[in-house]
Amino acid sequence: MISFSNSYALSLVTFMPLIGVPFIMALADDASGQRNARWIALFVTLFTFALSLLFIWYPFDRNIAEFQFVEEVTWFGEFEYKMGVDGISMLFVILTTFLMPLCILASWESVKERVSEYMIAFLVLETLMIGVFCALDLVLFYLFFEASLIPMFLIIGVWGGGRRVYASYKFFLYTLLGSVLMLLAMMFIYWNAGTTDIQDLIKNTAENPQLFPADVQWWLWLAFFASFAVKMPMWPVHTWLPDAHVEAPTAGSVILAGILLKMGGYGFLRFSIPMFPMASVELAPLVFTLSVIAIIYTSLVALAQEDIKKLIAYSSVAHMGFVTMGIFAGNTQGVDGAIFQMLSHGLVSAALFLCVGIIYDRMHTREIAAYGGLANRMPIYAFCFMVFTMANVGLPGTSGFVGEFLTLLGAFKTNTWVAFLATTGVILSASYALLLYRRVIFGQLDKPKLMSIQDMNVREIVIIVPLVALIILFGFYPSPILDVTAVSVKNLVANYEAAIQPGTALATPTLPSSSDLVAPTQLPITDLTTQTP
Amino acid sequence: MPESLAIYAPLLPELIVAVGAITLLMYGTFRPETQAEAVKVGWLAIFVLLLAGGTIIYYGEGTQSLFTSAFINDDFARFMKVLALLGSIFALMLSFDDFKDHGIMKFEYPVLVLLATVGMMVMISAGDLIALYIGLELQSLALYIIAAFRRDCIRSSEAGLKYFVLGALSSGMLLYGASLIYGFAGSTDFQVIANAAKGADVATNLWLIFGLVFLLVGLAFKISAVPFHMWTPEVYEGSTTPVTAFFATAPKVAAIALLMRVVLGAFPGIAAQWQQIIIFVAIASMLLGAFAAIGQRNIKRLMAYSSIANIGFALIGLAANNMEGTQGVLIYMAIYVVMTLGTFACILSMRRDEQSLEDINELSGLAKNNLPMAFALMVLMFSLAGIPPMIGFFAKYYVFLAAIRAELYTLAVVGVLASVVGAYYYLRIVKIMFFDEARDPFQPVRFAPGVIMTASALLMVGGVIGLGPFVDAALVAANTFKF
Repeated sequence: MISFSNSYALSLVTFMPLIGVPFIMALADDASGQRNARWIALFVTLFTFALSLLFIWYPFDRNIAEFQFVEEVTWFGEFEYKMGVDGISMLFVILTTFLMPLCILASWESVKERVSEYMIAFLVLETLMIGVFCALDLVLFYLFFEASLIPMFLIIGVWGGGRRVYASYKFFLYTLLGSVLMLLAMMFIYWNAGTTDIQDLIKNTAENPQLFPADVQWWLWLAFFASFAVKMPMWPVHTWLPDAHVEAPTAGSVILAGILLKMGGYGFLRFSIPMFPMASVELAPLVFTLSVIAIIYTSLVALAQEDIKKLIAYSSVAHMGFVTMGIFAGNTQGVDGAIFQMLSHGLVSAALFLCVGIIYDRMHTREIAAYGGLANRMPIYAFCFMVFTMANVGLPGTSGFVGEFLTLLGAFKTNTWVAFLATTGVILSASYALLLYRRVIFGQLDKPKLMSIQDMNVREIVIIVPLVALIILFGFYPSPILDVTAVSVKNLVANYEAAIQPGTALATPTLPSSSDLVAPTQLPITDLTTQTP
Repeated sequence: MPESLAIYAPLLPELIVAVGAITLLMYGTFRPETQAEAVKVGWLAIFVLLLAGGTIIYYGEGTQSLFTSAFINDDFARFMKVLALLGSIFALMLSFDDFKDHGIMKFEYPVLVLLATVGMMVMISAGDLIALYIGLELQSLALYIIAAFRRDCIRSSEAGLKYFVLGALSSGMLLYGASLIYGFAGSTDFQVIANAAKGADVATNLWLIFGLVFLLVGLAFKISAVPFHMWTPEVYEGSTTPVTAFFATAPKVAAIALLMRVVLGAFPGIAAQWQQIIIFVAIASMLLGAFAAIGQRNIKRLMAYSSIANIGFALIGLAANNMEGTQGVLIYMAIYVVMTLGTFACILSMRRDEQSLEDINELSGLAKNNLPMAFALMVLMFSLAGIPPMIGFFAKYYVFLAAIRAELYTLAVVGVLASVVGAYYYLRIVKIMFFDEARDPFQPVRFAPGVIMTASALLMVGGVIGLGPFVDAALVAANTFKF
């Protein structure tokens, strides 16, 4: 049993959701078929969540930085099917499997048309998202990364709102455009490093930071950046996100904000930092600039929004700004904080979108002006929404605080000004989040349509309560997350710092096949010229 | 078999198809002139093609050349021939129902397809300029007639005439180029030409390069690469749909194979010269195919531009001029054939009130009426767009991999950007099927298109698991050429 869980745990969890697909396909397209489709999807996602806890979260060794549960099968040509997780990726897998049942539950009543197709799209999407975080081969990663566009495209386009077609196209084409450049960079890596194995690539680049010469790293970094910056999304390529969020059905927004955005940050941590350290340090000012602009500008934009979902979408962009800032601060606090912020934002933004979904299902509008005084008739809702708003603001005692604080701490160590400017984002986020809360929840309940609004029902409480609990738990006791990430992050940062030491930065470019370290003293002097800043 | 005949064994597949064509012609002439009889001839033709394919797979090994190396049978030839035969077989299968609807199911059609296929097989095996031309013309003449096969339909006749006039022009250019090359090398044999072209610089090679350019013009016409693509949308739209499906698959395979034989077999010494041409043609085809398809409303015209773009992508592998590139072209063409056949099976199933429909808006809301067909077409569209995990992604993957190996970064970047533009119009079809309001349902999908679209869509999704042997076979075939 142990050996089984060790060798196939990741594949099992990754492909488990697909088990539900044939069952749902076999159902008749009537009322009972729709009901069964929902139950099958819920059961399968819950089962996947349980498996992920049992086979990944529980046996995960928190004391080693290496990849765990590694599976390796030769596939075809030069590819291999290789899966594995470390402290950086493991929690994203759990986050995915955790959010998925909530998404299915959130769509329980709001999705009435083409239910079985909807559930199939979500199950396929879950497999692909878990795959992204588990893949340890460049091509396999790309496969999952790109394939996740297809179900999301359909989810937005089929079950979305009024401008769903525009939003789905924009989402698909923006992301595709970024990704294809990354694909070319991956091919370049293959020809120059001789492998597409991510584990080997990280190892080789750690041993020999000159595996890719500095100028090459620069281009490779930019190619990967094109993909991840769009996915993240960073200013100025964030414009697909508000559209996609507004038009997507509630569960689609939850997945988009909760997990798909995290693929960008995960990509930076998995590829940019360890494989192109020199380019990362060189281009960090660019990332800082974009992050700070994102934090301040999109926070201001969020202030001006009249649509609740759009406001939360812009706030997501701002929060992702903290993540990129933390990652490229390049120190333990920054990277730890970035991962924490991503996970926390995965919970908080998912919760906020679920909250919007709850009132949208009742009123069928997302206009902030259409609401007001909900506290009078929906006390439970008002309480939960308050917790999420506070977490979004980054109030101490909620998970939002830990991530923001750590990323700011990390940025402060690297660049005081960046930290200073980013801190204004905390103030701005308080203003738009509290403004939203005041306009929706407080005030007079004078809108005629709101007079008969009902508080959350049992299903909705079941969805929301775990999120409230986790957000508060991680706010007071972040160790369950930080313990997992600590060793891997320490290793990542140590390699990064070693790579960008002035001494190694002057190392001669060695042959890609050689993994021997060349001592700086043995250098021919001519090689120094290419490296001087 | 007598000793003296045994040396012709490598020619066996061609002989089977040629003899089959003549026999079926006789058979058809002596049978009553009914559509049912014609369908029988059609199935017999498929049997002949299957027999030829089986012969290639089971009896082919090593490299043999015949007729002072005018005819070469090697791994490359076998790979491409099997592909061309598959294209012919499935295009024939698609034609029966549709032709019967139009009352044009005549026994000549399968016979002409067989003759065109012989031509393709000769093209694929061509080892000198004469064989090249014989194969090309045998194929083209049959295709001209096929294009105008629905002779009482003015659009079909127009397509045939256009195809013939432009095809004749391109053949003329090709012949002129061949004569210049012969004048330079003193031989029509690719091997001799290769030796003559080696080492000489541009100044001394000038007439050879002139000849090469004319030759490439003729071949670019056959693969419908920009700027010699103009006939493609017209012929695709004008011909009946099964004929278009045939045009889009087997002849393209043969023409690409011939192009590879010429540039890799006869002109490896002046690679730098033809690489420029191929790179330009590839970029122009990808961009034109991607942008021009956006405005199309007729799905056959859209597929015409899509095939232009696809040829552009395939040419990236050729431009790379390395083994990976050659392997990439082979993989690309194979996957392209499967995708195209599946897509045309879907197009043939767009029928309402006994009318074939070609406007893409007729697909509106198909997902609500006929989910399996909508799903199959969606998978094919994502595959054509090159989105993983569909195997269309791997088609593009291998050619781009080769381009990066050859350090053709600009070509690769333009290529991926063109594929993003291309994704737009493939997505539009998905959008129409899944997002738009439903129209009246189509008539039920018939057997042959149903089987082909299902098989093709399943290969697109599931093929990713079993791609290994196929990629290896392409590698073996690519090893024919020396780099």
